[in-house]
Formats: sequence, C-alpha cells, structure tokens
Amino acid sequence: MSEAVTAEGSQTQTIRPRERRLAGFWRRFKRNRLALVGLVIVGIMLLTAALAPLIAPSDPQAQDYALTLQPPGVGGLMGTDSLGGDVFSRVVFGARISLISSLISVGIALLIGVPVGLTAGYFRGIWDEWIVMRVVDSLQAFPFLILALVIAAILGGGLGYAMIAIGIGFIPAFVRITRAQVLTVRSLDYVDAARAIGTGHVGIMLRHVLPNSLPPLLVQTTLAVGYAIIAEATLSFLGLGAEPGQPSWGSMLFQAQSYLTTAWWMAFFPGMAIFFAVLGFNLLGDGVREALDPRTYD
Amino acid sequence: MAFLVRRLLLTLPILFIVSVICFSMINLIPGDPATVILGPEATEQAKEQMRNRLNLNDPIPAQYLDWLGGVLRGDLGESLIDDEPVSTIILQRLPVTIELAIGTFLVSLTIAVIAGILSASRRGTWVDYVSTGIALGGISIPHFWLGMMFIIIFAVSLGWLPASGYEPFFQNPVANITAMILPVFATGLRESAELTRMLRSSLLEELGSDYVRTAFSKGLSRRVVVIRHAVRNALVPFVTASGLQIAGLLGGLVVTETVFQLPGLGRLVVDSIEQRDFTTVQGAVLTITLIVVLVNVLVDTLYAFIDPRISASSRG
Repeated sequence: MSEAVTAEGSQTQTIRPRERRLAGFWRRFKRNRLALVGLVIVGIMLLTAALAPLIAPSDPQAQDYALTLQPPGVGGLMGTDSLGGDVFSRVVFGARISLISSLISVGIALLIGVPVGLTAGYFRGIWDEWIVMRVVDSLQAFPFLILALVIAAILGGGLGYAMIAIGIGFIPAFVRITRAQVLTVRSLDYVDAARAIGTGHVGIMLRHVLPNSLPPLLVQTTLAVGYAIIAEATLSFLGLGAEPGQPSWGSMLFQAQSYLTTAWWMAFFPGMAIFFAVLGFNLLGDGVREALDPRTYD
Repeated sequence: MAFLVRRLLLTLPILFIVSVICFSMINLIPGDPATVILGPEATEQAKEQMRNRLNLNDPIPAQYLDWLGGVLRGDLGESLIDDEPVSTIILQRLPVTIELAIGTFLVSLTIAVIAGILSASRRGTWVDYVSTGIALGGISIPHFWLGMMFIIIFAVSLGWLPASGYEPFFQNPVANITAMILPVFATGLRESAELTRMLRSSLLEELGSDYVRTAFSKGLSRRVVVIRHAVRNALVPFVTASGLQIAGLLGGLVVTETVFQLPGLGRLVVDSIEQRDFTTVQGAVLTITLIVVLVNVLVDTLYAFIDPRISASSRG
C-alpha cells in the first residue's frame, strides 16, 4: 500500500518539472507585452496565409487592363497594379508565398546546420577545427545577400532555388549556435554519467546533448524566419526569386519600381506587409529569448 | 603589430576557402556552364570556344591554380560580355560602393551612438520607448523598400532630392552628394537599428555594475559617469559589432544600388548575373568578400587596441 503511494508520488514528480517548465515559460512569455504583440502578428499572418482564398476579394493572378493603376478606394482597398491586378488580393496571397518559402529555407538550414554543429562540437578534433569551422568562417565572410544571390543565380533563379540559396546562407549561423551549445554541455557530469552507463555516441547526442541546445536554436529559428522573409523579398525584387506574375511581396515591389512616381500604393502595401511580418517574428523571437533566459527567472 | 600579423595569418585558411568558393562558381553551374552562359540556341562551336576560354576542359585543380595565379597578379579575367578586364570594371565601380559604405556606416554609427546612449541613460522614459521602438521597427524594415518610400516622399512628392543620377565626386561634388543622401540614409537607418539595440543593452549592463555605483557615490555628475565611465566600457563590444556589420552593410548595398541606380559593385553583381557574365560576378564577389575579411582584421586589431586585455591574452 505504502509502496504504491510512493511509486505514484515519484511518478507525478518526474512528470511535473517539464510541465512546470512549460508553464513557467508561458508565464514569463506572456508578461512581455511586445512578445504577445509578436505572437498576434504571426498568428494573423498564419491565418491570412491559410485562409487567403476566403479573404482575398479576387484572383491574385487576375489582370484587368481596363482597371490599371487605380488608387486605393477606387481600385479596391489597396488599389490596382500596372496590370490591373488587385493589390490587396496579391498582398493576402503573398503571405502564403512568403511564409512557405521562409519556413522551407529555415528548415533547410536546420536540417543541415544542426547535425553538422552537433557532430562537430561533440567529436571536436581536426574535422571540427580545420574543416567545419573554417568553412563556416569563410561562408560568413560573404555578405549574406550576396551569397544567396550568387547561389540562386548559379542554380538558375526561381522561387525554389531562392529558398535553397537562402537556406544555405543560414547554415553557418545554425552550425555555430548548435556547436557552441554542445561545447558547454558535452563535459557536464550527466553526459559523463550517460557515457559511464554505456550509452553510445548517437544516444548521448540525441537524448542528452541536443535537447539542451534547443532553447537558443528556437530563438535563432524564429528570428531567422523573419530574416528569410526579407531575403526572399529581396531576391524576388532583384528578379531571382518568384516570377513577376506570382503574388510574392518581393516581386510586387519589383513591379512597383517602375511606377514610383505614379502609383505609390503598388510599393507601399507589399512593403508594409513585409514589415509587419518580419516585426512579428522579431518580437516573437525576442520574447522567446527573454522567457528562456535564466536571468529573467523569478 | 605582432597582433596584426598573427591575425592576418589566421585569415589565410579563410582566404583559401573563399577563393575556392569563388572559383567554383562557374564549375558549379548545373549542366554545361557554356550552354547556360550562351543560352540553349548557341552553336556547338561557340560553346566549345567558351569552354576553352574558361579553361573548362582542363582538370579542375589546374583550372584553380591558373585562376588563382591570375588573381594574385590582379588579373580577374575578362568580362564575357565586352571582353573588358574584370579588374578594370571593378576599379571603376569601387569608388561608388566605398563612398556609399562609408556614408552609410557614419550615418548608422551616429544614430546608434546618440540613440543608444540616450535610451540607456534615460531608461523607461519616452525617449527610451521612442528610440527602442524605432530601432525595433528598423530591424524589420527591408531597407530597399525604405529607399523606395524615400524616393516617393523626398524625390517625387517634395522634390527635395534626386531619386537617381550618380555623378563622380570630383566632377560634380554637389550632384554627387545630393544623389548619395537618400541611399545613405535608407541603408544607414536600417543598419543603425541593430547597433542601437546592442549599445543600449551593453550600456545598461555597465550602468548596473558596481563601478558605476561607486562613481555615483563619489559624487560625480550623471554626465561624467555615463560618458566617461560607462560608455567607454560599453563601446568595446560595440566596436566589434559595428565592424561585423560591414559584411551585412555591403550585402545590403547590392539592393540599395539597384533601387537608386548607382553604378557600384553591388549593382555590377546584379547586372552581371542578369547577363550571365559569370567572370565579372566572380571577380566582384571576390572583391567584396576580400574587403569584408580585411575590415574584420582591422576591427579585431582596433579591438585589441581599445581593450588591452585581449592582446595581452593572445600573447600569453
């Protein structure tokens, strides 16, 4: 009888810390009003992307040559563009392209950067010191946008290649963060303990080292999504991302460039959309960072 | 001096890998590079000529050594469009980008130092909220879009400044500077955002430390404590951060130069990509990256100079 009670008691105790950690994270996170604003903006963006066909009043690819360059009001909420497309509908569908492409590029960077950083930091040695880190240093010597631009150009342009190019551009940052975290964790007692009871390298890396690298990675991922949105828009603006007809915020700005003197709304609204989307992810990332920072624990 | 030499030696592996990456650009083009450069309609003879011209038929290590030998002698090959030496084209474009970069750097530094010091020393007041708000917004704004908005406001509506029309400084200094104001501010405002946040947080950390309390308790004025004690220490990480910013700044200028139609290196990269002039792309990217690496070495040296602990620790 008493045995069962203690068993039950110890069980609840082993579950609790994680729940408490999550609850504590949320409590600290929601105290930060700016972080909540970020969460709301990101939520709105997700909803807009998901419900784009319901929100947009017309087909984003539709063109109406009778209704070109109409200012906001006359030509719908945000006016029409030089081909008679409805700017509002295009901005709404732009959220889709922007979100999907930035998530894919950050996903690519995570998939390659985290394993490389994990193994480099865990095994150290020549591989880490002379190959991985030197390549990372060299890649970071290239200005991010130029690296992405050149990779996209070599691959041949188009949204798909732009995502890959941006993803490759992010890899060094993810390698660095994962590796730095692994270096602090690998020599701790509990890793030694795991090794002592015979856990293999892969088991230690996945079960003990990786979970401890997650908090900074989460912050970096959120901030990287915001930056990927700008990068995608930039490549599309330079003609190496989305096709001009596609409703991407960057290609809308590319199109708007020739009409700055006559149709300000063509440039204004897509840019505001980029601004709010990136702001949302930046606020969210900052909020997550603060909520995870042990110095702000109460 | 010894520090500088050691630091330069440490960059050798980086320079090697950077050169390999730049060299590989043409070889990495999927499929047949000659077809990509000349287009699918090109005759087999023209393609073979292009392959010979780019030495694509040689073994890759031989190609690399050949290319590197040229680079070390300042020979970056010839443009695939008009046969002009790439190094000549780059030297023509370089002053524009350097002028833009210096202008942008000064603008962003000035804004960041003023806004960072004001908001940290008046934490929690409206000055702090306004400047951190602007900094937060600045990080989220694509600066080429800010440039477009500047054109709409200051060039189109108000007519104060030209939207484009670069003239070399020594031919027409006034036209040169008026053409530079909008691009420099559009890029500089954005770059200042990150620096402001960084300076604010490092200054806040200093202001909360013991030596600042000591300085206050000995009766020094707020101004003296902030400027003479705290800012000096807070500037140490700030200098590195602003130096590292150079890479981002040069990358950002690619788009600024496109928006404002300035004939700089960034626009050269974009235009050459469009014309599939890959030797020019290669040369321009190599030049930009070399500048970044050299600036980082200089910043590190400066850093060691400001903070004697660093050169001391590297000596030991």
